[in-house]
Amino acid sequence: MLEKEYYDKTDEIIAAHGRTQADLIPIIQEIQEAYRYLPPELLTYVAKELSIPESQAYSVATFYENFSFEPKGKFLIKVCDGTACHVRKSIPILETLYKELGLSKDKQTTDDMLFTLETVSCLGACGLAPVLTVNDKVYPAMTPEKAIEMINELRGA
Amino acid sequence: MGKLTDRASLVQAREALKKEIDSNKCRILICAGTGCVAGGSGEIYDKMCQLVEGHPGIEVKFEDHVDHGDGDIAVRKSGCHGFCEMGPLLKIEPQDILYTKVKLEDCEEIFHKTIVGGELIPRLLVQQDGMEVPKQEEINFYKKQNRNVLKNCGHIDAEHIEEYLAIGGYKALEKVLFDMEPQAVIDEVSAAGLRGRGGAGFPTGKKWAQVAGQKEPKRYVVCNGDEGDPGAFMDRSIMEGDPHKMIEGMAIAAYAVGSDEGYIYVRAEYPLAIERLRNAIAQAEEWGLLGDNILGTDFSFRLHINRGAGAFVCGEGSALTASIEGNRGMPRVKPPRTVEQGLFDKPTVLNNVETYANVPMILDNGADWFKSIGVEKNHGTKAFALTGSVKNTGLIEVPMGTTLREVIYDIGGGIKDGGQFKAVQIGGPSGGCLTAEHLDLPLDFDSLKKIGAMIGSGGMVVMDDKTCMVEVARFFMNFTQNESCGKCVPCREGTKRMLEILERIVAGKGTLEDLDVLEELSEMITDTALCGLGKCAAQPVMSTLQFFREEYEQHVVEKKCVSRNCEALRKFVIDPDKCKGCSKCARNCPAGAISGQIRKAYSIDFDTCIKCGACVADCAFDAIHIEW
Repeated sequence: MLEKEYYDKTDEIIAAHGRTQADLIPIIQEIQEAYRYLPPELLTYVAKELSIPESQAYSVATFYENFSFEPKGKFLIKVCDGTACHVRKSIPILETLYKELGLSKDKQTTDDMLFTLETVSCLGACGLAPVLTVNDKVYPAMTPEKAIEMINELRGA
Repeated sequence: MGKLTDRASLVQAREALKKEIDSNKCRILICAGTGCVAGGSGEIYDKMCQLVEGHPGIEVKFEDHVDHGDGDIAVRKSGCHGFCEMGPLLKIEPQDILYTKVKLEDCEEIFHKTIVGGELIPRLLVQQDGMEVPKQEEINFYKKQNRNVLKNCGHIDAEHIEEYLAIGGYKALEKVLFDMEPQAVIDEVSAAGLRGRGGAGFPTGKKWAQVAGQKEPKRYVVCNGDEGDPGAFMDRSIMEGDPHKMIEGMAIAAYAVGSDEGYIYVRAEYPLAIERLRNAIAQAEEWGLLGDNILGTDFSFRLHINRGAGAFVCGEGSALTASIEGNRGMPRVKPPRTVEQGLFDKPTVLNNVETYANVPMILDNGADWFKSIGVEKNHGTKAFALTGSVKNTGLIEVPMGTTLREVIYDIGGGIKDGGQFKAVQIGGPSGGCLTAEHLDLPLDFDSLKKIGAMIGSGGMVVMDDKTCMVEVARFFMNFTQNESCGKCVPCREGTKRMLEILERIVAGKGTLEDLDVLEELSEMITDTALCGLGKCAAQPVMSTLQFFREEYEQHVVEKKCVSRNCEALRKFVIDPDKCKGCSKCARNCPAGAISGQIRKAYSIDFDTCIKCGACVADCAFDAIHIEW
């Protein structure tokens, strides 16, 4: 069971949107933004409040890539592997970061909850390929060396 | 500024705003597109503001002042100039000077030398044929372009509706509201021959007429800003750089089809576009250009923004509307089509960003003007995102029918790092590739369709001789397979099997039969998948198989990757002349693939070798090398 303030916050978000099926996605997007993940308890709660079967809310939340039931690290790193970044060698950057952070495709968040490493299909910053983002800030023209430098800086921050 | 409640007040406001902007002796435009922001243009903007503000004797009005006053120098954040490779960009108007790769340290010099002193700074100018080119219009990258849709991107401040109004914004909406019947608007768009810029090229006027003809009185106007094709960012730049143009286009569509409510669906990966659109809608409402009784007429139009949640398939019409409704974004069987039963089961106009952005210009300048650009049945311009192994990456706009050669060599400046042109992937994971033999092919809907490719949304990724086409096909199949929603079997299972085969081939385990199976599956998926995503899923494989079959065969027969991409096809070889027979590599090989006798040359068994590279690192005599 989550603390009461989680539910209070959720009530606030629901009030700002409404209680129809069409409000479901914007509501859970905002919850995810507030906590950097979607606590499953809150999805159940939202479904009840919106009078939607929980199974249906769950089916929506699991369909979209952006929702995560797992807490994410303080720094969410997204390595772009869109076409333009891919042909300008984004995979070596991803592999370097996996190695540096001790992560893999199956384990995306470090135990100290500092970093989460994901890939994204295209950030639309193709002119600066290869790119990655840290909490939505774009880092242009990356190399494996620059990525390590960036991690060291973030660790110190 | 209060709400505009009639035509006269809009005309008056526009004139006043224009006068104010004209009174600026100099405008400094700093690109605030995603690319340049990443390069630090935000700090450059702040610094320029400080400098201009701190300079005695020059009175300046800044962004926050809605009335531009009679300041001498204006500092503005503009939309994307398109020349992303050279960012951050700083443009000085009316002199049309474009400074590239500007750094924070350059600001003082730009201010004192150029703004105050009127002197150019050569190192910040674009170099062309060994010469510095000061003016933007003389730079090759821009010279061959015809920027209509993107005209305001890089020229006006996207965060202020006043700038859009000053250059004639909302004039087309004003014209249709007061001078035209809805049917006349549809006729004009039809006469212009505007075709949907989202990929399929469906005639926009026809779509609008179909919605207008429905019995159901409630209709929706929806904008598809879910630009998910990797390697495409035209719509992002329009939403970020000139949001009002698209909003005006949507309002005109709403008037034409009798709708009072619209939605813009933007992918979540574009936070800046969402922010600018929200801001633009709020400003348009404030000015009375959106909302109830626009400009005092009976026409009302409210606009909402929905954020995507990371599903590529939501770029498909019925999946997109399902997502707005709060459901899983899965396509459905058609008919009924979106024009009949779209969003909330009501008749819906669904067009993409660039299509809507074309609309105000058509109404403003007339269908004949629009038809004068481009080629037969493919009128107007098309924006492309030019990326990959090309010198000048960025956002470009050319008349329909421009050849690939002009785009890549004249605008793009040719292949990067002296490489050889190999192919262009056009239309993203649903498109195909074009090769050197297509360099003189005109880029338009019909010419591309004929050879099995498509414009798609307009992503154009240039590939050089270091790119392996089999790997590229695998890359796209991996993308599509990931994004398949799973509703229909051909796409869900078919893409998975195709991906397995492609993975096998790049791992050096493919056979010639695999190529036949790939072709068979491609045909089957194309024929039987439910939606556009599935129907086009095999396109990259089919077109690479068609144009680069030789490369596939090298992978499966000779186990070779000539472009040196597929690491599994590397061969580690010991040079018998250099090898001293020390046995170190054999002892350390984790796969036991190296054998030989002490003090005689060792050798590596290719089939056992796992290509880990440990032996290369171990060898003290530099006797082991890699063969491709």
